Amino acid sequence: MTSARELAAAVRAGERSAREITEEALAAVAARDVEVHAFLTVLGDEALARADAVDAAVAQGRDPGPLAGVPVALKDNLCTRGIPTTCGSKILEGWRPPYDATVVRVLRDAGAIALGKTNMDEFAMGSSTENSAYGPTRNPLGADRVPGGSSGGSAAAVAAGFAPLGLGSDTGGSIRQPAALCGVVGMKPTYGRVSRYGLVAFASSLDQIGPFAADVDDAALLFDVIAGHDPCDTTSLRTASPATFGAPDGGVEGVRVGLCPNLIEGCAPDVVARVYEAAEALAAAGAKVDEVRVPEFGYGLSAYYLIAPAEASSNLARYDGVRYGLRVDADDAAAMNTATRTAGFGAEVKRRIMLGTYALSAGYYDAYYAQAQRVRTMVVQAFERAYTSFDVLLGATAPTTAFKLGDKVDDPMAMYMNDICTIPSNLAGHPALSVPFGTGADGLPVGVQVLAPALAEGLLFEVARAVEAAAPIAGTLS
Amino acid sequence: MSGPEAGGPVRGGPGPLRRDDVIHVANLARLTLSDEEVDLFTAQLGTVLDHAADVAALDLSHLAPMAHPLPVENVLRPDEPRPSLDRSEVLAAAPSVEDDRFRVPRIGSESP
Repeated sequence: MTSARELAAAVRAGERSAREITEEALAAVAARDVEVHAFLTVLGDEALARADAVDAAVAQGRDPGPLAGVPVALKDNLCTRGIPTTCGSKILEGWRPPYDATVVRVLRDAGAIALGKTNMDEFAMGSSTENSAYGPTRNPLGADRVPGGSSGGSAAAVAAGFAPLGLGSDTGGSIRQPAALCGVVGMKPTYGRVSRYGLVAFASSLDQIGPFAADVDDAALLFDVIAGHDPCDTTSLRTASPATFGAPDGGVEGVRVGLCPNLIEGCAPDVVARVYEAAEALAAAGAKVDEVRVPEFGYGLSAYYLIAPAEASSNLARYDGVRYGLRVDADDAAAMNTATRTAGFGAEVKRRIMLGTYALSAGYYDAYYAQAQRVRTMVVQAFERAYTSFDVLLGATAPTTAFKLGDKVDDPMAMYMNDICTIPSNLAGHPALSVPFGTGADGLPVGVQVLAPALAEGLLFEVARAVEAAAPIAGTLS
Repeated sequence: MSGPEAGGPVRGGPGPLRRDDVIHVANLARLTLSDEEVDLFTAQLGTVLDHAADVAALDLSHLAPMAHPLPVENVLRPDEPRPSLDRSEVLAAAPSVEDDRFRVPRIGSESP
């Protein structure tokens, strides 16, 4: 499959038309998405109209932008004006937002073609995309396997070759884990790097939008386009985001890499083996690799599954059947609220809302919620200590390769364990990335995770490029 | 969702989650559960809270709780008029509308 950067270069040079590229992408979706189910909405006519506008710009001698004519798959929790945005939930079925998310506008301004809205665990709560109210997505590399989640649709769309780029959101690993399971690159930027305006809120202090791509350079290209200050998001960083795509890359000579056993513990042996091989490859490329123990990471999962549900229980109070979305009528307003929420939310969303309500309720607030917030401080301080001796950390992204559909869906705690290696970066607001590195015993892809301090996306991409360059040829990617 | 409104805490401190706790929390969150769902969620949420016991058991009194990864400051923008969302477009998404307003069933318990 042609890379996004090659497609954009060809379109900008007038060598290929955006229409032809978009038609090919739509044909690929039509041929195979019945099986994969990456998309909840495919934007046929809209995508072709955008492609024609890009081609018209080229014909008139104007530059359509760095993503000219590149199809992009958008997770269905990104608001798209006039286009259904469901968050994988029945409670938002048929809702057409009255505005575009900032990232959606920015992508359009960069010449990208929104190909469609991708499937996801309901309100981004899940690690397999099986919690979608619209049915699961299947891993393009194995039809009986999950693509991971919650951004499983975007990961699958890139892995299946439907679109070279995708956007997801990562609250506890929801970009990196599906990227690992689908054999693509997925990156969570520093909290505040990318505007969350128009991202339907799950846990506001953790949510961050980020790129999916087939390789590190394409991920950097997309990251550069979506990063930057946005006055519509009060948590948006005012610091300029330096270009990461095409920036001088000095390699990893002398870079201090901390191989972290606490980000491997409990992982399957084949996953652990790939992480050690990646560390050896970085050492062979000149990095200074050493082991660094950060036992505080072990408390991240528990803290996350108190903090994220607490924030979710507050954010999801807005689904009350009044202003948009589903309404189930009843005699009075309170009964209508209850009937609407009971009918509109799926089991996992109810579990998280109740868990969060419980953690915030009188008598338990200090023991659970405030205590989890103290753990968050502890994790941040532990990162700070590790980064006095290391420039980046290395670990696994997910404990296993893609598991089978149905394997964990009835056991919430087993499902939550998928996030154990990805959660620390969300708690701290740091950037982290999953890059494919070989396969497991079952032939399915393994993702290696690189973690960096806040704002160090440039370094993150440099180390990821070195891991990618050393990766065994997978040969299974379609 | 304050304690007094809901009749106060169901029990004194973290311990095994009970059916009554789940029913109480579902009411606070405006969810109705079937008996089977109460049983299922009591078991499932209990497992998650058991796992969180590792966190609850730590002495972290020396650490300040952290609500947000960034130093959060008040953000003000210049007070310049700009277009807001189109009213008809917003109301078109509402389940029920009357006279350019969101329409809801009666509020409270007054007789119709």
